[in-house]
Amino acid sequence: MQIYLPIAEMSVNIFLVLGLGGVVGLLSGLFGVGGGFLMTPLLIFVGIPPGVAVGTQSVQIVASSVSGVLAHMRRGNVDFHMGAVLTGGGVLGSLLGVLLFNLLKQTGHIDLTISLGYVIFLGAVGGFMMMESLPGAMKRKPVNLALASRGPGQHMWMHGLPFKMRFRRSKLYVSAIVPAAIGMLVGLLVALMGVGGGFLMVPAMIYLLGMPTQVVIGTSLLQITFVTAVTGLLQASINHSVDVVLAVLLLLVAVFGAQIGARLAGKIKGEHLRIMLAALVLLVAFRLALELVLTPADVFSIGDGETP
Amino acid sequence: MKRRFFLAALVIMASSTVKAQDVPLVADLSNHLVAITTGFTGTDVLLFGATDGPGDIAVVVRGPATDVPVRRKERFGPIWVNGSSVDFVEVPSYYRVASNKPLEDIAPQLLLSRFQIGLENIRMTPDQEELDAELVQEFREAVVRLKLNEDLYDEGLGAVNLMSNRLFRTELHFPAHVPTGTYLVEVYLFRNGQITSAEIVPLTISKIGVGAEIYDFAYNWAPFYGLISVLLAAAAGWAASAAFRRI
Repeated sequence: MQIYLPIAEMSVNIFLVLGLGGVVGLLSGLFGVGGGFLMTPLLIFVGIPPGVAVGTQSVQIVASSVSGVLAHMRRGNVDFHMGAVLTGGGVLGSLLGVLLFNLLKQTGHIDLTISLGYVIFLGAVGGFMMMESLPGAMKRKPVNLALASRGPGQHMWMHGLPFKMRFRRSKLYVSAIVPAAIGMLVGLLVALMGVGGGFLMVPAMIYLLGMPTQVVIGTSLLQITFVTAVTGLLQASINHSVDVVLAVLLLLVAVFGAQIGARLAGKIKGEHLRIMLAALVLLVAFRLALELVLTPADVFSIGDGETP
Repeated sequence: MKRRFFLAALVIMASSTVKAQDVPLVADLSNHLVAITTGFTGTDVLLFGATDGPGDIAVVVRGPATDVPVRRKERFGPIWVNGSSVDFVEVPSYYRVASNKPLEDIAPQLLLSRFQIGLENIRMTPDQEELDAELVQEFREAVVRLKLNEDLYDEGLGAVNLMSNRLFRTELHFPAHVPTGTYLVEVYLFRNGQITSAEIVPLTISKIGVGAEIYDFAYNWAPFYGLISVLLAAAAGWAASAAFRRI
């Protein structure tokens, strides 16, 4: 059964879209990842224009992060003060990203930017996951310890920065510039790639800011909720790239998939699944890279034309 | 009105008691409005008509004109990057030509070119002057080739069926991703390599129903559309977590 997507201006098989949403939702629940970094490239493979895939994805991430942040708020694991600073930077980054998106769209480089961005990020994320999973349990602990031992005390440059702020919940007294800059980088990624950016923000909050681990996830989800919401709003207003029909279809199944995935997560052995997810991520990256490197079937392409 | 005309023509011809009348060519479409609904997967529209005697028929369908930026990928290190580009102004977004026999057997090239009949006769003007003619030609061919692949351009030589040299019909295909707007279906009657008569039938392709309303809202009220989309997503996320907390 085909359904017409009004903004993407194409019809797709409804079961294909529902299947994608369900599988990615399941994986995101299983691994506790946002799923945006898988969904956007998969939508592109299905034939959704990359711009619409990215814009729609930012709206979809709102849904998954809202339910996450609510759960963390109930447990008191959110540093609102830190979240506000991260969000402030994120909104600025998102605005810059959406404008850059618009510029790249006009000059015809947006598809390449999205693909290239994904090849780099998926390659890095998949590579790290693979490296951490493959040697098994014996090698993993020393790696984590080595990283964790690099406490905030070593970042002397960071403490020389002005605009110091006290973050009570995180028990930190640091310059607001650092979290704002982290938030901004994440906002840029949301706008250009349609990912939540948690995979970048969480390590930065732990190792760079030195935040206590129990508030990191909740606080990052708070930032992701607001920044993806603002990005969705901007993408819809400036680039007209949010397809609400596609977003709702994906949402309907993804939220269920995520809940089922979260329930399964405790029952299945993580080690093997982690390797499988890493393999999947690398496969998607490889497929995108192949398209960039191989000689295209037709070197010519038609861009978005304006109606005179 | 046109349909009645056609019926009248049919009746006249069927009885064949009356001689050829004043109008040498009549044509009409089975449908004047193609509605793109949520389940739209493309459609065929039947063009039919009658002539007052032997002749050749060429049918040209033109979609709304748009500016078309064409880009050529070039190697940049290991990857392919969009390099040089040519912007053509007012190129038909959709173009379909059908005739009862090859165009060169119907009319001289000069005439076909003047009326832009045939894929190689579509006028494409670059927006900047002083471009290398060979380069423009290469980009022009690329537009035709890409549009052919997308099924937005087509050349159906022999696709027009002529019956008893009087009645003709042809199917016009519109794919799922057909651009919206006002289309012009031009029907030409050729005799001895000259245009004897021509008729233009308009055809409207528009989005109808929920999809159309969403599209209009998304473009005319973009910030509100964005806000509603985001709120919808937030509500769905909240509802899901609330629902699953109880189970």
